[in-house]
Amino acid sequence: MTVIEVRNLAKRYGDQVAVRDVSFTVDAGEIFGIVGPNGAGKTTTVESVSGMRIPDSGTIRVLGLDPRRDRAELRRHIGIQLQESQLPDRLKVWEALDLYSSFYAQPADWRRLMADLGLTEKRNTVFGKLSGGQKQRLSVALALVGNPEIAVLDELTTGLDPQARRDTWELIRGVRDRGVTVVLVTHSLEEAERLCDRIAVIDAGRIVALDTPAALVANAVVPGVARPTLEDAVLALTNPLAR
Amino acid sequence: MNALRKLTVIESKLFLREPIGAFFGVAFPAVLVLVLGSAIPGFTDPSEDNGGRRPIDIYLPIVLALAIATVTMVTLLGVLSAYREKGVLRRLSTTPVSPMALLAAQLIVNVGALLIGSGLACVGAVVAFDVAAPENVGGLVVAFVLGSAAMCAVALLIAAVTPSARASSGLGTLVYFPMMFAAGVWTPGPIMPDAVRRVADFTPLGAASQAMQDAWAGSWPRPLHLVVMGGLTAAFGALAARSFRWE
Repeated sequence: MTVIEVRNLAKRYGDQVAVRDVSFTVDAGEIFGIVGPNGAGKTTTVESVSGMRIPDSGTIRVLGLDPRRDRAELRRHIGIQLQESQLPDRLKVWEALDLYSSFYAQPADWRRLMADLGLTEKRNTVFGKLSGGQKQRLSVALALVGNPEIAVLDELTTGLDPQARRDTWELIRGVRDRGVTVVLVTHSLEEAERLCDRIAVIDAGRIVALDTPAALVANAVVPGVARPTLEDAVLALTNPLAR
Repeated sequence: MNALRKLTVIESKLFLREPIGAFFGVAFPAVLVLVLGSAIPGFTDPSEDNGGRRPIDIYLPIVLALAIATVTMVTLLGVLSAYREKGVLRRLSTTPVSPMALLAAQLIVNVGALLIGSGLACVGAVVAFDVAAPENVGGLVVAFVLGSAAMCAVALLIAAVTPSARASSGLGTLVYFPMMFAAGVWTPGPIMPDAVRRVADFTPLGAASQAMQDAWAGSWPRPLHLVVMGGLTAAFGALAARSFRWE
């Protein structure tokens, strides 16, 4: 079953083209990765899907809803973790979770989520005193606290140490196993390879490849590299010099 | 409603955790009255400049105007623009709760602080210096509410038109001091020159201050001041609503 359908999405800011022409579908229960260089249009794409941006053209359906017209309804079914979005410095971890869970009709158990993300020890710490990784984990927890059908996670593990990264991956798999569809924007191709069922490679506002991680590697043509990795494959697709 | 209640509780806690903001919002007006009354020579003696009244009697409604200006131009404006700059509003806009609810919670908290602070100032003045209670309480409440609304609208408009928290607080300060001048902080009551008063009548805080002084003395606020406050509330409020950005 398709839960997200994007057709011919285009968006520009002034004369800067962010997304030129992007189309893809995401199936229920998959972890769908979006990778590509900085400025390729990844964030604009997911922000349009979540109804945070108004596209210039193209159609988007999420759970059968139009993210623009049915924005309010969509908010109940989608959890979004944004880049560079903070909380008040003096807000405590448990207060943030308790507050955000009050926004939803059927929220997840925030105490359990707090434990799953290893934040229980920090429950009384204020946001301003958390480390980068702890802020990130709280941000993921807030995206999941509403028991969403779809979770959109932008730069999920940026700033996390290796152990925290792996713990977060495990958590995301667990979330998916509960039936949540995950859209993951990432710079880490290791993360994409480990987690994603399918990956869309975006470059200069277009999708240049969309496949399983294994197929992307298998189809990679990288001169001078005998056994290319996913990173080699993606760089070959997005680096104009290598093409 | 549950979300708005929770937001209001949380924003109140955050307000109190910011010691400087809490001081200026709640304690400052009372402290000012006590310092003025006990430290400035002659402040509690009848003066011929004021038609035989004591400066402290004239000054109390002006302190209330000052409290309105401080809470709106410093506390409310500071929090709103910081929330936008840090992405707090943006994050909220990803949930089913509108950032409008946070705005409402902020208004509730700040107006609450303003009421408590003003109440403390009045009680302090009555107890410490035997200032007479306002003769027209209804008129005073009307003037206070309309003046607060007009200044809230100014704060929202400044938050709406400035690109960053720094710019907001800069513009807020630029508005804050002339507003206090218009309210008569430096030229209270009869001391204010007529020309200044005629201009001040058309500013939100000048109108509020005059209207509160009138009500304190027993008459009703003049229609001019009510119209100025109501009109500015509507005009600035509408402009702010049109131009406010959540991110």
